[in-house]
Amino acid sequence: MDWGNIFGNAVGEIISPTTAAYALAAIGLGIHFGYTGLLNFGQAAFLLIGAYAFAIPTLAGAPLIVAVLSAIICSVIFAFILGIPTLRLRADYLAIVTIAAAEVVRYIVTTTGLTDFTGAANGLSGFKGTFAAINPIPEGRYGFGPFTYNEYDWWIRIVGWALVVLASVLVFLLMRSPWGRVVKGIREDEDAVRSLGKNVYSYKMQALVLGGVMGSVAGIIFILPRAVQPANYTTGLTFFIWTIMLLGGAATIFGPIVGSMIFWVVLSLTQGILYGAIESGALSFISTTQAGQIRFILVGVALMLLVIFRPQGIFGNKKELSFSV
Amino acid sequence: MSNISEPAVVATHPLVKGEVGPGCAKTDPIVIADHVTRQFGGLKAVDVDHLEIPRGQITALIGPNGAGKTTMFNLLTGFDKPNTGTWEFDGKSLAGVPAFKVARAGMVRTFQLTKSLGRLSVLQNMLLGATGQKGEGLFSALFKPLWRKQEEENTARADDLLARFKLDAKREDYAASLSGGQRKLLEMARALMSKPELIMLDEPMAGVNPALTQSLLGHIKNLKSDGTSVLFVEHDMHMVMHISDWVIVMAEGRVVAEGPPESVMKDPAVIDAYLGAHHDEDLGDLMEDGPNPVLEAERKAREAHPEVDEGPGYGETTTPPAAERER
Repeated sequence: MDWGNIFGNAVGEIISPTTAAYALAAIGLGIHFGYTGLLNFGQAAFLLIGAYAFAIPTLAGAPLIVAVLSAIICSVIFAFILGIPTLRLRADYLAIVTIAAAEVVRYIVTTTGLTDFTGAANGLSGFKGTFAAINPIPEGRYGFGPFTYNEYDWWIRIVGWALVVLASVLVFLLMRSPWGRVVKGIREDEDAVRSLGKNVYSYKMQALVLGGVMGSVAGIIFILPRAVQPANYTTGLTFFIWTIMLLGGAATIFGPIVGSMIFWVVLSLTQGILYGAIESGALSFISTTQAGQIRFILVGVALMLLVIFRPQGIFGNKKELSFSV
Repeated sequence: MSNISEPAVVATHPLVKGEVGPGCAKTDPIVIADHVTRQFGGLKAVDVDHLEIPRGQITALIGPNGAGKTTMFNLLTGFDKPNTGTWEFDGKSLAGVPAFKVARAGMVRTFQLTKSLGRLSVLQNMLLGATGQKGEGLFSALFKPLWRKQEEENTARADDLLARFKLDAKREDYAASLSGGQRKLLEMARALMSKPELIMLDEPMAGVNPALTQSLLGHIKNLKSDGTSVLFVEHDMHMVMHISDWVIVMAEGRVVAEGPPESVMKDPAVIDAYLGAHHDEDLGDLMEDGPNPVLEAERKAREAHPEVDEGPGYGETTTPPAAERER
């Protein structure tokens, strides 16, 4: 087994753009669930909308800024569509609607009738030009050890993590403010907040939109190193984002970032070790395809262990969860 | 309804314009409600023809379980929608106005089952009660200088109220760590942060120990001297007799009697409503011997099965489903 390579790949995941995209999506979900108490089980849909609303205009020749704005505006509209009928109801209704809506949009982009726009099951590719064109880094390979990338890979990483930092700062500023106090109050008991003269519906909508926009920007970062593939946006994606958020701590600033790093490093390590063991013959009873599935079984087990034994996550405040409210 | 020129033997009272009786007009009402009805299936939980609540006074709303008191609260504060009816607060019509706007208008309520915000500190709970906060806008929230000063003022006022309610030692604790009685105090103090014109307390004494009861009574009397009108629902007759200026009695959704506390208890309609078969015994005596076992059993049954719609009691303890919607 090539341990150097296995660890090199795993360490590389710490700053990979995918890690950044998941972290950003988890920050958005943290606003929904961790702070406001909205049960959004359709965060994958926001990533999907960000991806397609960015890729389709870009392929049609739109400049970068227009494509990004299109992604943001589409996710705002989607958040309104989800929120207007459900945010007046109890939290469970939003959960049901989001999980269904996420599947609906995935089936829409997969339909063959829309092949000209969405590429149906084949997805979309060839939309990196506008983003690569504004890359200020000269051509070449930079970095050291496992962190050696070409100029495009560095550019995605820098932009991706800058957006993660920006989102974290935004969340920090909001949650220390009276606005944050109101949404946290809504998480605890929305009738109480309503009785104090706050427009609960409006605050829930603001939180839904804000977290959704972060999800759609995460969707853009997610596709920049790869192609748009509708198969990436199953409910599985939503649950990985939930795992990341709960791993780090739902209502914390650094939780989603560190959660995402741990999630991807562990996935990469287990893949490297399992594949290495299979190739070297130490594990003869499973194939590499099965090993790929086993990793995700482990994710499921880890999520269960996490919510049972450390529901507050890594950064969460144990005291907060010691009350059964 | 009343006819002053008639030389009949009519009970009068300084708070009342004309004759004292169910639905009588007040000299200075803060809330006037007309034809308010609320139906749950085949049952009329509230059916109030006319009701006025006097300004600057402590008014008790009493009645047996299932009388529709809490439903009336929910309707007046926008937490539930009536089938018919209009009401105005301070001259402004509030019918069909969502709950948060009712609170902003100056009519703030508390809940029978306390709603303290468990995973916020006591101080944060208090600050949430302050109105007109600049930092509650999504964009201004990002810039602390815009709301720092206001936040400091609100904090000072919150500390002041916490000290008055003997909660200052708990300032930084999570509200979830408070005892049931302390949560009642916190909820009342929080409601006061918004400087309401009318505060509506739903069973402020339920679950509060006798020592705290005394201080709560004091707080409620202080409210009146500060010029706040108080409307409260209570089963504890001692408290009703002790602090209220005016008592409104509801039974089966209707206002059956009104009057000053001394005389309203002797009203045959009230005795009927409360006691039925027991009406030889004095209501005050019965209540002094502790909670009525029948009422107590009823309340326990409702607590155990809050989901069961079993008559007028339903509207009392649980928020009706319609109230889950904002409007």
